Amino acid sequence: MAEAASVAAESLAGSRARAARTVLGQVVLPGEELLLPEQEDAEGPGGAVERPLSLNAGACSRVRVVCGPGLRRCGDRLLVTKCGRLRHKEPGSGSGGGVYWVDSQQKRYVPVKGDHVIGIVTAKSGDIFKVDVGGSEPASLSYLSFEGATKRNRPNVQVGDLIYGQFVVANKDMEPEMVCIDSCGRANGMGVIGQDGLLFKVTLGLIRKLLAPDCEIIQEVGKLYPLEIVFGMNGRIWVKAKTIQQTLILANILEACEHMTSDQRKQIFSRLAES
Amino acid sequence: MKETPLSNCERRFLLRAIEEKKRLDGRQTYDYRNIRISFGTDYGCCIVELGKTRVLGQVSCELVSPKLNRATEGILFFNLELSQMAAPAFEPGRHSDLLVKLNRLLERCLRNSKCIDTESLCVVAGEKVWQIRVDLHLLNHDGNIIDAASIAAIVALCHFRRPDVSVQGDEVTLYTPEERDPVPLSIHHMPICVSFAFFQQGTYLLVDPNEREERVMDGLLVIAMNKHREICTIQSSGGIMLLKDQVLRCSKIAGVKVAEITELILKALENDQKVRKEGGKFGFAESIANQRITAFKMEKAPIDTSDVEEKAEEIIAEAEPPSEVVSTPVLWTPGTAQIGEGVENSWGDLEDSEKEDDEGGGDEAIILDSIKMDTGVEVSDIGSQDAPIILSDSEEEEMIILEPDKNPKKIRTQTTSAKQEKAPSKKPVKRRKKKRAAN
Repeated sequence: MAEAASVAAESLAGSRARAARTVLGQVVLPGEELLLPEQEDAEGPGGAVERPLSLNAGACSRVRVVCGPGLRRCGDRLLVTKCGRLRHKEPGSGSGGGVYWVDSQQKRYVPVKGDHVIGIVTAKSGDIFKVDVGGSEPASLSYLSFEGATKRNRPNVQVGDLIYGQFVVANKDMEPEMVCIDSCGRANGMGVIGQDGLLFKVTLGLIRKLLAPDCEIIQEVGKLYPLEIVFGMNGRIWVKAKTIQQTLILANILEACEHMTSDQRKQIFSRLAES
Repeated sequence: MKETPLSNCERRFLLRAIEEKKRLDGRQTYDYRNIRISFGTDYGCCIVELGKTRVLGQVSCELVSPKLNRATEGILFFNLELSQMAAPAFEPGRHSDLLVKLNRLLERCLRNSKCIDTESLCVVAGEKVWQIRVDLHLLNHDGNIIDAASIAAIVALCHFRRPDVSVQGDEVTLYTPEERDPVPLSIHHMPICVSFAFFQQGTYLLVDPNEREERVMDGLLVIAMNKHREICTIQSSGGIMLLKDQVLRCSKIAGVKVAEITELILKALENDQKVRKEGGKFGFAESIANQRITAFKMEKAPIDTSDVEEKAEEIIAEAEPPSEVVSTPVLWTPGTAQIGEGVENSWGDLEDSEKEDDEGGGDEAIILDSIKMDTGVEVSDIGSQDAPIILSDSEEEEMIILEPDKNPKKIRTQTTSAKQEKAPSKKPVKRRKKKRAAN
């Protein structure tokens, strides 16, 4: 019914704006406009129906809705900027209309402040390392941003090493800056990644899935072999197991997880566990 | 954009894996990736996928005046372009070394080998000849561009049909496709390039390197051959020193691979021809399976997921002891060994074994599944067998693989099937048998 009602609502772009609620879980394309729940009632059937005027007109229930990745505010509607499935999360507690976002597949990384990424050192110039993180520009990393580093005590970083760090500055106007230290001055797992092991690239969506709390894949992988693994939000994964064979198996499994259903995955893991 | 630098960690890992005869995607040393050929609706248009490397080939023709010093021959023109979508490092308008090298190699392979009969392209001597133009575009770069490009070029040329022409005295009539069916080009043979990547100063060799392997390789040897075992072009780059027997071994491997690829090409051409004749639907749109937009599908790739020791022990337990034909090699100098009384013997063995392994083919993915199901067997002590070998926990231990006569399928998915390097001339016989059986 809401669908039929909003058919009458036309946006500037000429396309029909749809209610976000009805499109949840479906594929949306860039350029579509979505109506938020309270706006559907406002549009009303045909817009010509008379509504009783309320005395406190300004106090229509405003719900704070968070616009996630892939969506943008356009007037009082949401404009889709990436193609993918529309998702919604209810607010846990308190007020708020929850979060809307678009689940899209992407391989190209755009630096975001606060993201933990794996970078490759490409150059050492004076006090700064240039680190390639897969974005449009190499990030800069100062040699003082390591735990326990002082002017006399420099960290042992060579060109070609792998670094796990987080962004402190990342916007589209400046080159990104990263550090290997958290706000308390501790490394917290960041820094130079060890010598052996394999680095490979996956899509960003898979990384987010693997980093979700209670990820089954990671638990099952952990039961297979003892391993060390580092996930970078820029799509890079570093993995190390006892032998080369095991490392290759793990790398192939993680890459294939993207395309497997959970049943197929369970099959593969059970077969691996036997052998 | 600059290309992503290769970290020390990756380089080290790749080289170590190659020393242990392991490749990132689970292939064997002499294995090609899956080759997929699809045709467009026009004649002469095709896309060749070698793993993830994709090349689009398009052939077109035009009537022009011939070159002055070759008045009775048609003109051939080859052009390979590296599209910016193939890799971030490819930028427009820059003639990189890679591009020049690939173009030169393609030209030598296709033009100098005289695979196309240029005399048949002449319409009126000295005045009008056909100019055939082959345009290749690299759509995705995942290693081994030259192989994919050469396959695409020859497939497009074989698929192409030029308009029919008839000459009566002074009158030349050019028929449209509606008036008379277009005529195929006259192609003598199909030269195909096979690439070999060398590592650690020529100690290790891989066929069909992918992009990661190409980054760490020392040198590259490209052999262009046709199915009649005629070498059309050889090029060695990277400045590595190759021994004579290494080059000979590579040429033998190339012969086998080219035969397989030529078979695949002929089958693909035949299929397309059949579909067109029966009036079915053809073209790129048909070769893409209909899928829902949110389905993620990937082709099955064989992954060797078992522990090497257990695999080898299982094979040993089930395989027969090696036949007596295998005699000990006589090592003359490092890199040169001799088995039997002379070259003729090994050639004889080769011909026989090739024929007998022809029926041993099977699907890779299915083989893996069947083996996986069998392995519930607990690894037992192999001391009871009188087969050669092995097994300890040490990673440096070389795996010795038995004569794969009985179980070509099983051995196909094994890794580390390294024979001792002391007998290089013995290796090609064994290797080829396994590969042909699997493919």
